[in-house]
Amino acid sequence: MRALRLVVTVIVVGFLLGPLLVVAVVSINENRYMDFPPQGFSLEWYGQMFADPAWRAAIVRSLIIATASATLAVSIALPLAYALRSYRIRLAPLLYALGILPFMLPPIISALGAQIFWNATNHIGRIENVIVAHAVFFSTLPLVTISLAMEAMDPHLPEAARTMGADQRTTFRTITLPLLIPSMVTGFAAAFVLSLNEYIIAFLVAGFSVETLPIKIFNSLRYGFTPTIAAVSVAFILIAATVFTLFAVFGNLLRFLGADPAVLERAERGR
Amino acid sequence: MSERSTPDARGWGVLAYPVAMLAVFFLGPFLIMLATSFYHRIPGGFYEPAFELDNWKRLGSDLFVDRAMFSIRVSLLAGIVGIVVAFPFTYFLTSMRRRWQVTLLVVVLSALSLSEVIIGFTWSVILGRAAGISNILVWLGLMDESEAYAPGFWAVLLGLVAIAFPYCVLAIYPSLSRLDREVTEAAQTLGASPWRTFWTVVVPVTRPTIVAGFLLVFVFTLGSYLISAILGRPEHWTLSVFISDQASFNANVPFAAAMALFLTVVSLVIVAIVLWFERRATARARGN
Repeated sequence: MRALRLVVTVIVVGFLLGPLLVVAVVSINENRYMDFPPQGFSLEWYGQMFADPAWRAAIVRSLIIATASATLAVSIALPLAYALRSYRIRLAPLLYALGILPFMLPPIISALGAQIFWNATNHIGRIENVIVAHAVFFSTLPLVTISLAMEAMDPHLPEAARTMGADQRTTFRTITLPLLIPSMVTGFAAAFVLSLNEYIIAFLVAGFSVETLPIKIFNSLRYGFTPTIAAVSVAFILIAATVFTLFAVFGNLLRFLGADPAVLERAERGR
Repeated sequence: MSERSTPDARGWGVLAYPVAMLAVFFLGPFLIMLATSFYHRIPGGFYEPAFELDNWKRLGSDLFVDRAMFSIRVSLLAGIVGIVVAFPFTYFLTSMRRRWQVTLLVVVLSALSLSEVIIGFTWSVILGRAAGISNILVWLGLMDESEAYAPGFWAVLLGLVAIAFPYCVLAIYPSLSRLDREVTEAAQTLGASPWRTFWTVVVPVTRPTIVAGFLLVFVFTLGSYLISAILGRPEHWTLSVFISDQASFNANVPFAAAMALFLTVVSLVIVAIVLWFERRATARARGN
């Protein structure tokens, strides 16, 4: 069983990382074309990413959209998660479902809906359309992380603050909010990374005027291969890996993904 | 919060903003899309308010049925392959030390967050003629000449499995990590081989999760867009590509809206089945 475990793990990791390795090799190829084995070593294509104004503009645009939409997503998720948990609301399951639904449905549905919506308002092809569409679509992620944190919170803490005379606003500001910050950060990070990589919503909402990085990559692929695509892909992979590693170091990744705390404790001791 | 009160003015105030955002920017567009599916298309790219069923009738056309059936078939296949590989992997993963679990899950999450365009691109390189697997085989002397394996059906399927796999792992992980190891240990103490334990204890206990995870991944691959656009020919396009193509290049938004609503209904039915499964699983766990 141990041998089998190793074999399965190696195959899966190879399947997940193999393509990335090939692309990493292609990205340092000195030649303009894809070659195997690679010819020489060059970091030129990484420089190209920032030197070429079109690529740089796409990177900046994508970063703006990801930052703004993840912030907006958290701003939607925080009051919703807080209110649904702090008050007795009859429609709570329905409201929670409303927050989960955009992300549960195939993105093409949100994409087409947003396209038709902005067409109807005659506010076409703007970057803020993409930001709002991403914010609503990805608000599910902070909603889930913050709701989990609200559930895990010791109910005696806000109660104690209330007993000592703090009003609801002060209790929220000094007790609840600081306790929720880790879950807000993880929710933000997840929304940020996924927004950075999202294609179809950005494309249908404003793809012809607001060229985000994934759209730029896809468009470049249509006109043939440039090694810059490989360099950008490697950069993206590194960003994602860094975000989730930080997540694992500063947050409790396993708990967030749904592991049982008791079981984790046993895994800690090593079986 | 032990004592939850009914919302006061402040409570409704807190709720107002997020609910308004979701209502205006999610429900709103959805309702407008519903209305648009009955609109009349003006050739040349525009549409005008009307009430006609033409767009819905086109859902019965061979072209659409063909696309829909292909999408469903390839997504089912990708979901099955994904779960079948992810299940033993996740089972092994949960038996590892914490450090290894975290490392492997960071790899899985990084793969999950990668854009479909990058995954599609990396597989097109691997399956391509210029710098792919076949070049490695040629280089090793196992093949005479490099070959292209993409675009094609198998390339699309492989790409879909690649994007679905991380979701498969995350769907199964909670239930497998909560699996009481004492039960499997007991089975082995009683003389069952690890292989037998896996099939007679682990799989039956987690069956509801397997089904729920499979269905969620099915919905996810059903919505995939770029994989079939990059790794497939037009006959391998999934419904999402077809919808987007109708909405942008063919400028037939009303028909695209009708198709998107069809996809919504299919997805909602599947999600409802998942919830039903999960409720049954919780009820069973409480009963014990």
